[in-house]
Amino acid sequence: MAGTMNKITADETVTTPYLEINNLTKKFGEFVALDDVSLTVKDGEFVCFLGPSGCGKTTLLRAIAGLDFQTSGQIVQGGKDISHLPPVSRDFGIVFQSYALFPNLTAKQNIAYGLSVRKMGRDKVNQRVQDLLDTVGLSDSGPKYPSALSGGQQQRIALARALANEPNMLLLDEPLSALDAKVRVNLRHEMKELQRKLGITTIMVTHDQEEAMAMADKIVVMNHGVIEQVGTPQEIYGNPATAYVADFIGEMNFLEGVFEDGNQVRMGDCALMVDGQAGGFELGSTVTACIRPEDVMVRGVSEKTENYIDAEVVDVEFLGSFCRAELACRRDGRDIRLTADFSINLMRDMSLGRGERLAIALPKEHLQLFPGSADLDT
Amino acid sequence: MNYSTTMNKDPRREKAPMGRPNFIQRMRHLSKDEMIMLAGLLAIVAAMMVALVLPLITIFTKSFQDNNGVFVGLDNFIEYFSSYGLVLSIWNSVGMALGVTLIAGSMAFIYAYALTRSCMRGKKIFRALASIPILAPSLLPAISLVYLFGNQGVIKDLLMGESIYGPIGITIGMCFYIFPHVLMIMVTSLSTSDARLYEAAEVLGAGRVRIFFTVTLPGARYGLISAGFVAFTLAITDFGIPKVIGGNFNVLATDIYKQVVGQQNFSIGAVVGMVLLVPALVSFVVDRHVRKKQTAVLTARSAPYHPKPHALRDGLLFTFCAAVTVFLVSILGMAAFSSFITFWPYDMSFTLVHYDFDAVDPNGWASFFNSLKMATITAFVGTGIIFMGAYFVEKCQSFKGLRTTVQMMAMIPMAVPGMVLGLAYIFFFADGDNPFSGIYGTMAILVLASVAHFYTVSHLTLVTALKQIDPEFEAVSASLKAPFYKTVARVHFPICLTAISDVAIYLFVNAMTTVSAVVFLYAPDTKLASISVLNMDDVGDQAPAAAMAMMIVLTSIVVKSLHALISRGINARAMAWKSATT
Repeated sequence: MAGTMNKITADETVTTPYLEINNLTKKFGEFVALDDVSLTVKDGEFVCFLGPSGCGKTTLLRAIAGLDFQTSGQIVQGGKDISHLPPVSRDFGIVFQSYALFPNLTAKQNIAYGLSVRKMGRDKVNQRVQDLLDTVGLSDSGPKYPSALSGGQQQRIALARALANEPNMLLLDEPLSALDAKVRVNLRHEMKELQRKLGITTIMVTHDQEEAMAMADKIVVMNHGVIEQVGTPQEIYGNPATAYVADFIGEMNFLEGVFEDGNQVRMGDCALMVDGQAGGFELGSTVTACIRPEDVMVRGVSEKTENYIDAEVVDVEFLGSFCRAELACRRDGRDIRLTADFSINLMRDMSLGRGERLAIALPKEHLQLFPGSADLDT
Repeated sequence: MNYSTTMNKDPRREKAPMGRPNFIQRMRHLSKDEMIMLAGLLAIVAAMMVALVLPLITIFTKSFQDNNGVFVGLDNFIEYFSSYGLVLSIWNSVGMALGVTLIAGSMAFIYAYALTRSCMRGKKIFRALASIPILAPSLLPAISLVYLFGNQGVIKDLLMGESIYGPIGITIGMCFYIFPHVLMIMVTSLSTSDARLYEAAEVLGAGRVRIFFTVTLPGARYGLISAGFVAFTLAITDFGIPKVIGGNFNVLATDIYKQVVGQQNFSIGAVVGMVLLVPALVSFVVDRHVRKKQTAVLTARSAPYHPKPHALRDGLLFTFCAAVTVFLVSILGMAAFSSFITFWPYDMSFTLVHYDFDAVDPNGWASFFNSLKMATITAFVGTGIIFMGAYFVEKCQSFKGLRTTVQMMAMIPMAVPGMVLGLAYIFFFADGDNPFSGIYGTMAILVLASVAHFYTVSHLTLVTALKQIDPEFEAVSASLKAPFYKTVARVHFPICLTAISDVAIYLFVNAMTTVSAVVFLYAPDTKLASISVLNMDDVGDQAPAAAMAMMIVLTSIVVKSLHALISRGINARAMAWKSATT
């Protein structure tokens, strides 16, 4: 009985929003950096703000920290309205891309910076610092100055320092961007592990989609100061809400056409069958059909296969475990360019190479439809 | 830490808006830190108003009033410009300053070129010796020149009958006094050159001369312009040299002194002050403009230029630098030598009697100790205030309007000649209705004038040092619940210690050597060493004047050496965290 009770309470805490952002707007003069953004973050959740530079993700993070104040809107943390509190009065730890370690203080002094010897006593402070050093796997680095540590080590110390005061929320501003690729992958794994262990609500800003997918429970894709989509990494990748998200996350082929009766998208005299569920489009309206390169079908395709296209391999890029092929498709006199990912296996089996012709199909269950044209630059 | 620079440029931080409703809301939710910063910023603005803006407004209005304070419109200006003698001074000043700019400028350019672009031997020594003039009051070269070329001069014949008292003396003295200032700017602009440009030019087959005119000169042109204007302004605003060696050759700086001290004609003094402000203002505006462009020339990717040995060039440059150094050293040496001679040129025996200032001057040694005291207080108080101002300007996130105000006011002193500031202080502080009039005639006004006069360079030095510190430190310390002043004391202050001590020394040496900023402001019991040099020279006690000037030089040297020792200590300690990368 007790166990069940516990489980229920645990579930409840998980579903309570820990952080609520309501209609947040931030303007810099004429420029709107955040446009009426609303978002909730659950307790213990790892959320990533993802988007290109200038999309407003850092502005949002800084507003949550109180480092830059919003023009209007409300922020509620743990049930308390913190919209106008200065950073000192808010409850968070923060790690920056630049690490922002105090260079003239040792790793230990950096971590102990926010711990009060007066309140805790020297022994307790020392104990806490050592625990934190152990937690981030740098037990022996306490007496070292930041300049004697590698980038990855410095970032761990910065993380330890941010956690020292036991904040209820951790803010990470592109924490891994300054590191080498290899270190980055290791450290992101460790950070995720640590976050899970501590159960601390975490918000990370990143422009690296791979990083966001690897670490986040929930990704918030942002563009031009608005939230394009909020969802798990799987949802964002497999079911992008907008053409922008589809383009920003992973590789995507965009095929522009006109929506027609019978769930068809017409491109000139060529028509693609699309999923019947994708309704809601006006007949005759411009739509964009999307398909991921890995979803382009090659095996077992014949002229009778739905959405069959005859294609020529224009170029092949060897990317290690797979090849990315540039295909030119001629169907009913219309040129379509497609990118398709082929496994090495497939390349061998079908002896594909530049100039080869092959039959491909665009399975309709993988074709996603978005309204409007595919001109994504605007 | 490359990131810090890019983050500085982040438009998000720069363009913090002051939307009205937002502003009022924010004011209601100020944190303790912000309230302290607000109080500090307001205090600095208030101090700058009193020490700078209000006095300058007063001198401005004074130039439109007669000596009794009645508004007379442009009458003073009309009177001034219809006086042949006074207008002549303008042409004298401009002609002399142009000559000095040309001579000192080309000397400094070749010297700087030798230091940065050649493989000449002894660069370090040449560089150190070039800064000799900074240690001395500008009166010193003039006194030396009198000993060298005056009526009883050692090498008087070199002038072929021309008198040293007049434009020739002023020009030579100015070249000595201005040389290090101009050299510093030129060295900076010549050393910030990109080696890749030279490699590209060489690969494209350009010869030495062509490279010089197509790469070297264009790269340094902003520095050259800037240096030219600095030289011109220093030459036109300096008072010490024309006072001692000008003879009947009147210039603006001596006119202002004669009008105020000699004829008690304050209104015309104010007009001359306004006229003197013009070249300084122009030079200031040009310099600001040019500096902005200069920064864009170099990028983070630029590679430093390393000169290759070239026997002929290096030899010629060495000879040139040696000649300049001999000139500098002999000017200083002459002053030192003459201060030990019993009665030039009749009794050439060695004596220390000229150092017995109490026998010559009513204030005697007291003026020297006044100077020491004034310079020390200026160094400590000034550095403290300027650091605070620089910190708030650079690191505070709120109160954009106030910060901009402080930053702008901090630039004003650069454009105000010392004599104008001093005269403005008389008008402002000697007014009995002024609540601050109590400081008139005390040490406090001398300190205030010195801090105000040398504010800009100190402020810019500290702002630059603070700019290099990660802008996120404030955010981090706020998230760690540490008040900002704790972080300033534990992090910013130690990191900036070198720059801070540089500023303190700069203030000390300048306060020690300045004449123009304080010549109107001293009282009998606060007379300073540099003023004492001026007075003793005035009454014909040249040897004691040289001796007192040497005391100033000696003090500067001692303090600079102490500073070098202490900086070595600071650097050794900082080494622990600066380059522990191995």
